Amino acid sequence: MNSRCAACKYLRRRCPPDCIFSSYFPSNDPQRFASVHRIYGASNIGKMLQQIPPHLRAEATESMYYEAQCRVADPVYGIVKTISLLNQEIHHAQSQLAKVQAQIAFYNAQVHGNNKIQNVELPSSNFNNSLANQGDAFPHPTLPLSIRPSWSM
Amino acid sequence: MGGSSPCASCKLLRRRCAKDCIFAPYFPSDDPHKFAIVHKVFGASNVSKMLQELPVHQRIDAVSSLVYEANARVRDPVYGCVGAISYLQNQVSQLQMQLAVAQTEILCIQMQQEEPALPTQMDQDEKSLLLSNNSFNNLQHYLSFASSSNVIQDPLKRESLWT
Repeated sequence: MNSRCAACKYLRRRCPPDCIFSSYFPSNDPQRFASVHRIYGASNIGKMLQQIPPHLRAEATESMYYEAQCRVADPVYGIVKTISLLNQEIHHAQSQLAKVQAQIAFYNAQVHGNNKIQNVELPSSNFNNSLANQGDAFPHPTLPLSIRPSWSM
Repeated sequence: MGGSSPCASCKLLRRRCAKDCIFAPYFPSDDPHKFAIVHKVFGASNVSKMLQELPVHQRIDAVSSLVYEANARVRDPVYGCVGAISYLQNQVSQLQMQLAVAQTEILCIQMQQEEPALPTQMDQDEKSLLLSNNSFNNLQHYLSFASSSNVIQDPLKRESLWT
């Protein structure tokens, strides 16, 4: 017995055999489609899924659902708040790492009797390949968030 | 300058731009791409509803975040912003591991510098064991901090994204 998928039930229409939503919005989870539809709209979801290869559509739907939930929970910032917090966390960890590596360099300089601290070479293993240089991959959203990251408390 | 020109939204939607157009303050006519991308991903109707549900002073931030999300989704149609989060979480984990290792190294150096205070009868094996135990305890502490520093809450019901 064919039942309609959650999308077609929500949209009150017949669910065709080749319905693009049926694989990703089963009828036993109506809230899933409702969330995604509320943020993106059924038409946009359908267009986006059609442009994605079939073997990636499940993951695309999952990510859209997650983003939609974040937007419903936080209508102002949505998932972008998480990205901003992570960028802050990275920045903080990089600062801490730089301080500790400078300390290591200082101690090493002491051990080797080198007092010319300004010429001390920082350990090259990790920091120079640091993720600071890769931070441009995801530009920091410039939002005036009032959220304080947990590590700063 | 003559009368006000339609905002980018009304230009794209080919309609008259009313004085109280909800989009006009956030989608000026000199940046048509901004509204185009938001409309492509979310739809003008949904954006309008979202903005109407927000107090005016929060709408500019909401628009900024919607534009950011839309850009991420266009750039990566499968994962969108979630791909960015996965990448950033990996960065955080790696940095925290590096920090833990560096902190351990500092402790070792400090302990070596304090070595003369240790009992002189202790042989080399015992000293190594003492150093490695303390290093391990501190590393464990930092590792547990790293695993507990999980910004993503539960909705995906997975420990890490896209494993």
